[in-house]
Amino acid sequence: MSLGPHAAFILAAYAAAIVVVAGLIAWVVADFRAQRRALGDLEAHGVTRRSAAIKEPA
Amino acid sequence: MALIDLANPTRFLSFVERAMPWLIAATLFAFAIGLEQALFVAPDDYQQGATVKIMFLHVPSAWLAMFCWGLMTVAALGTLVWRHPLADVAAKAAAPIGAAFTFLCLFTGSMWGRPMWGTYWVWDARLTSVLVMFIMYLGIIALWRTVEDPSDAGRAVAVVTLVGAVDLPIIKFSVDWWNTLHQPASIVRLGGSTIDKSILVPLLATAIAFTLLFVTLHFAAMRNEILRRRVRSMLMLQARAQGG
Repeated sequence: MSLGPHAAFILAAYAAAIVVVAGLIAWVVADFRAQRRALGDLEAHGVTRRSAAIKEPA
Repeated sequence: MALIDLANPTRFLSFVERAMPWLIAATLFAFAIGLEQALFVAPDDYQQGATVKIMFLHVPSAWLAMFCWGLMTVAALGTLVWRHPLADVAAKAAAPIGAAFTFLCLFTGSMWGRPMWGTYWVWDARLTSVLVMFIMYLGIIALWRTVEDPSDAGRAVAVVTLVGAVDLPIIKFSVDWWNTLHQPASIVRLGGSTIDKSILVPLLATAIAFTLLFVTLHFAAMRNEILRRRVRSMLMLQARAQGG
C-alpha cells in the first residue's frame, strides 16, 4: 500500500484518530473504575442507597 | 423489557451490562471491515490520490459530531419538556464524545487541506461553523462542571444546547448558502450520491464502525454518570447521618 507523496498527512490523521479513540476509551474505563471504587468504599462504610435500604427487611 | 423501562436507571444499568459485550464485539468487527476496506480495498482518487484515505476518518467524524449535538438536543427536550429521568444523563455523557469527534473532524480536515488546498485552515463557512460547534461543546462541558447540582446543571445545559442546535443547519447548508472552499454535499443530497461506489462503500463501512463506537462509548459514559450520581447521593446521606 503506497500512501503517495502526502503520506505524512495521512499517517498524522490516522495517528490522531487512534489517540482520540484510545483517549475516549481510557476516559470511560478509568471513570467506571473510579465510580465502582467509590461505591465500594461507601458500601464498606455501611452507607446504602435509600432504595436499597427500603428493600431490606425490617 | 419495554423501552419505557429503560427510563429507570437501575434497569438501564442492567441493560447496558448485558448489551456492552455485544456492542464491543460489533464495534471491533465493524472496524476490522471498515479499515480493511479503507486502507486496502479503496482505490486512490484520480485527483486526491492516497489522501482520499483521510476522508474515511474525516467524514464519519463530521457526521458523528453533528449527530451527537442532535442527540443532545433531543435529550435537552427530554429534560425540559418530558422530564425524562435519563435525559440529562444522556446529554452529559454525550458532550465529551461529541467534542472529541468534532476535534477529530477539524484535525483530519486540516491534514487533508494542507496537501489539497495548500493550507491547514480557511475561514470559510463550513470550517468556521464546525469550529463554533467545537467551542460550544467545550462550553457545555464547562457548564456541567460549574453548576453543583446535576438537575440544575441539566436544565441550564439543556437551554444552551437548544440554542446551539441552530448551528446544525448552518453547518449542513453552509456549502450551499455561501461561497465556500469546502466542497458541496456529495453523499447525502437530492439526486443521490456523486461518489463512486469504490469509495462510497468503504466510507459507509467506516461510518458504521464509528457510529457503533459512539453508541458503545455513550452507553458506557451514561452508566458512569448514573454511578456518579449514586455516589453523590450516598455521600450526602453519609454527611447527613454524621451531621444529624
